[in-house]
Amino acid sequence: MGKYIVRRLLQMIPVIIGTTFIIYAMVFALPGDPTAGKCGERQCPESFVAEYREKYNLDDPLPIQYAKYMGQVVQGDFGTNQYGVEVREDLAKRFAVTGRLALMAIAVEIVIGISAGILAGIRKGRFVDNLVLVSTLVVISIPIFVIGAVLQYFLGVRLGLFPVTVSSEATTYELLLPAIVLGSLSVAYVARLTRTNLVENLRADYVRTAISKGLSKRRAVGLHALRNSMIPVITFIGFDFGALLGGAIVTEGIFNIQGVGGYIYRGIQVRDGVAVVGAVTALVIIYLFVNLIVDLLYGVLDPRISHD
Amino acid sequence: MRRTARTVAIAGISAVALLATACGGDSDDTTATDGNETTAAEGAAGGEIVVDGCTPENPLVAGNTSETCGGDVLEMITARLVNYNADDASPENDIAESIETEDNQTFTVKIKQGYMFQDGTEVKAQNFVDAWNYTAFGPNGQTGSYFMSPIEGFAEVNAEGSTVEELSGLEVVDDYTFTIRTSEPVSNLPVRLGYTAFAPQPDAFFEDPESFGKAPIGAGPYQVTEYNDGQSIVVEKFADYSGDFGGQVDKITFRIYQDQDAAYNDLLAGQIDVIRTIPQSALIDDKYQSDLGDRNTQRETGRFNYVGINTVVSTDLADPAIRKAISMAIDRETINEQIFNNSYTPATGWVSPVVDGYQENACGEFCTYDPEAAKAMLDEAGGYDGELTLSYNGDGDHKAWTEATCNSISQALDISCTATPVVDFATFLTQLGNGEMTGMWRLGWVMDYPSIENFLAPIYAEGADSNYFGPYVNEEFESLLTQAAAAPSLDEANALYQQAELLLAEDMVAIPMYYPKTTIGWSEKVNPVTITAFGRPDLASVTLAQ
Repeated sequence: MGKYIVRRLLQMIPVIIGTTFIIYAMVFALPGDPTAGKCGERQCPESFVAEYREKYNLDDPLPIQYAKYMGQVVQGDFGTNQYGVEVREDLAKRFAVTGRLALMAIAVEIVIGISAGILAGIRKGRFVDNLVLVSTLVVISIPIFVIGAVLQYFLGVRLGLFPVTVSSEATTYELLLPAIVLGSLSVAYVARLTRTNLVENLRADYVRTAISKGLSKRRAVGLHALRNSMIPVITFIGFDFGALLGGAIVTEGIFNIQGVGGYIYRGIQVRDGVAVVGAVTALVIIYLFVNLIVDLLYGVLDPRISHD
Repeated sequence: MRRTARTVAIAGISAVALLATACGGDSDDTTATDGNETTAAEGAAGGEIVVDGCTPENPLVAGNTSETCGGDVLEMITARLVNYNADDASPENDIAESIETEDNQTFTVKIKQGYMFQDGTEVKAQNFVDAWNYTAFGPNGQTGSYFMSPIEGFAEVNAEGSTVEELSGLEVVDDYTFTIRTSEPVSNLPVRLGYTAFAPQPDAFFEDPESFGKAPIGAGPYQVTEYNDGQSIVVEKFADYSGDFGGQVDKITFRIYQDQDAAYNDLLAGQIDVIRTIPQSALIDDKYQSDLGDRNTQRETGRFNYVGINTVVSTDLADPAIRKAISMAIDRETINEQIFNNSYTPATGWVSPVVDGYQENACGEFCTYDPEAAKAMLDEAGGYDGELTLSYNGDGDHKAWTEATCNSISQALDISCTATPVVDFATFLTQLGNGEMTGMWRLGWVMDYPSIENFLAPIYAEGADSNYFGPYVNEEFESLLTQAAAAPSLDEANALYQQAELLLAEDMVAIPMYYPKTTIGWSEKVNPVTITAFGRPDLASVTLAQ
C-alpha cells in the first residue's frame, strides 16, 4: 500500500510538469496582446507596455519564459497577476470558496443522488423508479444556466427564501442554492448510475446466495449489493469534484461567487497568463490527489482489488 | 477610456430572465423619468449604501488608471485642481484657487491653503508636481502618462529607460503655487486638470507606491477603508475633507460583480442600492421599467460609438464617397428602436452633445438615412463589388446591432455586408493597433474630460493613440487643432474645433453611429439618484430615503 502511494506520487511529477507547460504555451499562444484593453479603448503608452513585458518576461522565447516561471513556482512563488495581486493569495481565497461550494454540491449529490438511486434500484419498474428516471432525465436535459437563473429568480428575487447572490463572506447559507444548482446535473447522473449498478448486482449470484442463506433483504442489499455498486459512483464523484472546482463558471457568474472558474475565465480573457497557469496547476494537483484517493477507496469497497 | 467590451459569460441568461418575468407578469406602465429632470430629493445624510463595481485593471493609483472600474473608486477618493459639475460637466475650482495663463502655454496654478490629504498631511504644490513627474516617467510604466504629454519635457521623461525624472515644464514656485509650461499652446488645459490622472499624491505614495495601490490616500471626500481583491472596495467619508464637493452617505461599498445580470437581480431583491448599468436582458421590452417602477433614470453621457475604416489597408474603401454612401445607408433610428430599445441616440456628429463645444448636425445629410441618395452616391463613385465586413469584439454585446447595420447597408446599397466577430476585445484592439483590420470595425469612445477636443485630438490627430484609421492624416485638420489649442479663449478654441469636426464629415473615416445613454437603477432604500455627465451615478449626492 505504502509503496503504491509513493509510486503514484512520483508519477504525478511528470504529469504536473507536462500539463503546466502545455497550458503555459497555450495561454501565451492566444492571439491578442495582454496589455491591449488595459487602458480602455486607446492603446497603452509605450512606456507602460515596455514595463509590463519586462515584468512578465514576455520578450523571452517561450521555453525560457516557462523555465523562469517554473523556477519561481518551485520556490512557492506563483507570481503576481495583472492586478498586482499575488496569485497564491488570490488562489487560496478563491479555492476556499469554490472548494466549499464543490463539497456542498458533492454532498447534495451523495445524499439525494444515492438515495434516489437506491430507492429506484430496489423498486425497479415501480412508480418510484419511473419517477426517478423521468425527473433525472428532465434535469439532465435542462442547461445549468437555465436552472440557475430560474431558481435564482423565483427562490431568491421573488420569494426571498435564499440570498440572490453570494457576498464576500460566502456563508454556508448563501452557498446552499448555488450548490444545489451546481450539483443538480450530477445528482441525476449519480442517481442513474447507482440505480443501474444496484439493479445489476441484485441479480448477481452472491446476492441470491446471501438471501437464500437467510440474510435479511436489508442486509443483503445494504451490505453486499450496495457496496459493490458504489465503485462506479465513487469514480464519477471523484471526477466530478475536479470538474466542479474548475468548471463552475456559469454558476459562479449567476450567483456572483468569486471562485476559481471565473478567475480562470477572466484570466484567459485579459491574457493574464500567470493567473491562469497558477490556477490550472493547482487544479491539476487537486485532480491527481482526488484520483489517488478514489483509487484507494476501491480497495476499501472491494477487497478483491489490492494495491500491493 | 472605458472598455466597452461588456463581458457576457452566458448568453442564454437574458432569454431566461425574460421567460421568468413573463411568468411574473406584473407590468405596471411606469415610464422612466427623463434624464436630467430627476432631482435628488432632500434626504438625510449618513447611512451606508452598496453599489455595483468591477475589478480595477490596475492598482488604485490615480496616474495608473484609465479605465472606469478603478476610475469609479478614484473619483470618490481623490480631489483634483478642478471638479466637474455633476450636471453639465463644467469645470469648477476645487483644490485650485486660480489657474491663470496669458499665452495658453504657461499656466500659473495657485492652490488653496489647508487642503488636507487623508493621512493628515497638507496638499502642497510639490504633491502635484511629484505626482505628475512620477506618472510621466517612462520606467514607471503608468497608463495615465498620456495625459502628461502636453507638458514640456514629456518626450524626454517618458522615453523607455529614461533617466530624466522631472518634467522641465513643471516648476514649484512656493508651497501653494506652481507653474505648468506646455510644449505647444493648449487652450483647454485647465479643463483637463479635473481628470483623476492629475490628482496630487501624498508623500506617502512615493515612499511605497506598491502597497499604496491597495490602500490609496487621496484628498477627496471619501477614503478607502477596505479593499478585498475581486470582492469589494469600501470607502468611508473622510472626516476632515477640505473641499466643497463632499458626499452625503457615510459609507459606500463597491461590490464587484462578474455579471451584470447578477447585480440586477440583487437590486430587485434589495441587496444593493445603485447599479451603474441595466443589463441588456432587462432592457428588452423595457422590462426594467416594470421591475423598478420609477426607480430608474437615463441620460446622454460623454460617449460616442462609431464604425471606423482603415483606409490604408482597405484600399477598396479609400474613396470617401463610398464611405459616405455607407453612412447614409445605415438606418440608425430603426436599429436604435429595435436593438437598443431607444437607449441610444443616433449620432449626428463626432462629438457628444454633453460637452462644451458641441455643434448640432455636424455630419448633416451624411448621417441621415437616405437609401436612394446613398445608392446614387455609390454608383457615382463607381460602385463597390467587394465583400464588405463589419468587425466587432465577440465578447461584448455587439452582434445584434452590427448585423442590423450590415443588413441596412446591404439592402440600401445592394452589396454584400457581413458582421464578423473577433474573438475578444484584447485581440480586437491588437489587430486595430497593428493595422491588420480590413473593412469596417466598431469602436466606442468615453470622454476623459468634458471638452470637444477630447473627442477629436485623441482619435483623429496624426500620431494619436486611437488613430486606427491608417492613420488618418489631414493637414487642414491638424492645423485647425493646433490653432484651436493656441486660441486665446475657450470660445474661439471651440469654434476652431468645430471647424475641424466638419472636416471629418468630408473624409468620413469614422462613421458616427450613436451617443449611448446610460441607464441606472436604484433600490427603495435611497432617494432618486442622478447620473453625471460622465455616465456615472452621482454617488456623492445619494441620500437615504426617510
